[in-house]
Amino acid sequence: MEKWKKITSSHLFLPVFALALLLIFNAFATPGFFSIEVQNGQLFGRIIDILNRASILIVLSMGMTFVIATGGIDISQGSVIAISGAVCCYLIGGATDGTAQMPLFVACLAAVAVCAVCGVWNGFLVSKLKIQPMVATLILMTAGRGIAMLITEGQNITVYYKPFTYIGNSIPGSPLPTTIYIAAAVVLLVVLIQKKTSVGMFVQAVGINAEAARRTGLNVTAIIFIMYIFSGMCAGVAGLMESSMIAAADPNNAGLNMEMDAILSVALGGTLLTGGRFYIGGSIIGAITIQTLTTTLYALGVSSEQLPVYKAAVVILICLLQSEKFKKIIERKSLNQKKAVKQV
Amino acid sequence: MAEHALLTMRGICKYFPGVRALENVDFTLRAGEIHALMGENGAGKSTLIKVLTGVHAKDGGRIELEGRQIAPSSPLEAQKNNISTVYQEVNLCPNLTVAENIFIGREPKKAGRIDWKAINKRASELLRRLNLANIDVTKTLDSYSVAVQQMIAIARAVDIQAKVLILDEPTSSLDENETQRLFEVMRDLKKQGLGIIFVSHFLDQIYEVCDRVTVLRNGELVGEYEIDELPRVELISKMIGKELGDIQNMGKNASAVSDEVLIEAEGLTAFGRIKDFDLTIHKGEVVGFAGLLGSGRTETAELLFGVAKPEKGSIKMHGKEIKLSSPLDAMKHKIAFCPEDRKVQGIIGDLSVRENIIIGLQAKNGMWSHLSMKEQQRIADEYIKMLQIKVSSPEQLIKNLSGGNQQKAIIARWLVTQPDLLILDEPTRGIDIGTKTEIQKMVINLAREKQMSIIFISSEIDEMTRTCTRLAVLRDRKKVAELTGDEINSDRVMAAIAGGV
Repeated sequence: MEKWKKITSSHLFLPVFALALLLIFNAFATPGFFSIEVQNGQLFGRIIDILNRASILIVLSMGMTFVIATGGIDISQGSVIAISGAVCCYLIGGATDGTAQMPLFVACLAAVAVCAVCGVWNGFLVSKLKIQPMVATLILMTAGRGIAMLITEGQNITVYYKPFTYIGNSIPGSPLPTTIYIAAAVVLLVVLIQKKTSVGMFVQAVGINAEAARRTGLNVTAIIFIMYIFSGMCAGVAGLMESSMIAAADPNNAGLNMEMDAILSVALGGTLLTGGRFYIGGSIIGAITIQTLTTTLYALGVSSEQLPVYKAAVVILICLLQSEKFKKIIERKSLNQKKAVKQV
Repeated sequence: MAEHALLTMRGICKYFPGVRALENVDFTLRAGEIHALMGENGAGKSTLIKVLTGVHAKDGGRIELEGRQIAPSSPLEAQKNNISTVYQEVNLCPNLTVAENIFIGREPKKAGRIDWKAINKRASELLRRLNLANIDVTKTLDSYSVAVQQMIAIARAVDIQAKVLILDEPTSSLDENETQRLFEVMRDLKKQGLGIIFVSHFLDQIYEVCDRVTVLRNGELVGEYEIDELPRVELISKMIGKELGDIQNMGKNASAVSDEVLIEAEGLTAFGRIKDFDLTIHKGEVVGFAGLLGSGRTETAELLFGVAKPEKGSIKMHGKEIKLSSPLDAMKHKIAFCPEDRKVQGIIGDLSVRENIIIGLQAKNGMWSHLSMKEQQRIADEYIKMLQIKVSSPEQLIKNLSGGNQQKAIIARWLVTQPDLLILDEPTRGIDIGTKTEIQKMVINLAREKQMSIIFISSEIDEMTRTCTRLAVLRDRKKVAELTGDEINSDRVMAAIAGGV
């Protein structure tokens, strides 16, 4: 019983449990869910698809985790994804002969740099001007797609330059999609930062008690500022993957509502939306879980318009499970039941 | 005088979980008097007011207003019973006009619509009655100073046909002239037969404007006195709970102070904090800041730690002028500050004891020169042992420790940074006697053996007389005396705190 309690109170319990539930469900409901085929040295299958899409979400949720840990939120990520795709595709150009105006590497770097600037804007509003994070990032959330539209001059740019598509798909000869490697690299970077610097502790301190953190000598403003820049850069990288998958810049639809999925991943991973303690591992599993849920719902024939309803149900569930009050109610109920059983 | 009791509170009790906030407190307010409510922090003043205004429900006792029993359960109900409160922070709407603020929620109507003419006319009449004729009631509230805003808040309170007016620290953000204007208004209202309850930490003001004073201590009634018959020193001793000449100096700190000057403050001034503050601290010296709450103790210490910036004056360290624009700046100059409000300003609750101990050093070193886990554990273990912090493991969350152990962990955080100057603001508040003594001993040892300079702030005078080698006495945001050596005894300190007489 003690052991069971220890397991259930772990922050990883919820996302792992939810993921297991989804996988078990799929094992019965979706035939061939776990089958993986090898074609030309590449792996294909539902699981690979999920991991491919989840990689974008994982990268996004890394940035979101840090921002949320400081007690903030970044709802502009989805729009920044659109900006990233727009910048990159614009720089490479839509030449139909499959040539690029600019080296791919430079275009990608420029896109991420522009997204970092978006992060600077958000960080400035939140940390310097002390605007509520939700409101501050709402500005770029609404304006971002317009900016992306300005960059692409109002059109979707389709890129015919082949190497660009490798980012969101596979490099010929590689067994796994490139996205998985990118996500792994970003995660590795975050883990290294966690282990080798004090960033993690500082961010948590700011999220838990900013006033005490300031009086302990932390530069609270700078820490919050940097986290929004990091979130912008994560969205930038995610935007590259997203636009590469469709080989085009789509200012209207790229990354639409992705910030919500990222927030959901972080919350599912056990990080409280009020800030403080955060869990990288939880966010990663959370992201995979959310993507599995999305894919499962699609497989069941739920249309993309209805999808948010189901996700909303998941959000409600997570919030309930994280709520102290709800926990108390449940505890009291089960206590009463035990008492009732004893009295019988 | 034929004053009759306007408001009587008898046997008021109020308990919070684990805390006895009020025990059997009596309070009587007469019509046409200004009655001061005094007591140190935690004495129960604000709880008593909150019970009266319906913010808290009382756990026992009865309240009578003009002989009629009342039991307000919300501030609105208290207002209906003609009890009005004006708080320290003006709680009006700055972007509405003066007249709108006065009549908000009870606008006079004509044919179902708001009668603006009547509002403006009645508002200016009301203000004229309070000798505030030069206020344009159609201007927005924020075009006037805080003092005037406060008067407008009072005007509003008065117009709600208040019989009892509660002024909770109304003067803390006012300057001398503004305070005088407020007093005039208060005296006027008194003549009109209102009963005014006045809460303030400024002794001079209490003696200037009040008729009577009720003193509370630790949730209990000490007594009610005519202000003219109560010398200041006695008032202080009643608040602090020490009879004059009652306390023996036990084990006084007789550590040798070196001649080397560590830090010099000259003419430090910051509005609402402190005025023209001079102080020199030598190496190995324990300097106490004595004074009542709100006298400027904490506010001055914060200037020395970069929490706030002084408007005038200079701080020199080792003879060189330094600028402190953030706590981090101060830490780089080897200054440490253990704050008064442990919960809000000290502990980072959801972090472990280990993290709470090393975070100060880590912040000083910067995020890139990360202390290895092993190093962190070594430091944490060392200081947990040294200060005898009771933890189940260094990884225990600090919020789950007792107050005393939290305090020790925060002190450990600052000792880890190896400061030259350690500022301890009420380090012994709310912790058990055993730990209190430990902390006092520690302070003396640090000064004696490590030649650390310490600023010790406490409301408990005997604690200060025991540990400090020098005492700066503050009153009403000014340094009024400096005591050294044998001058440091409770009588002298209390006399200095009381001043005037």
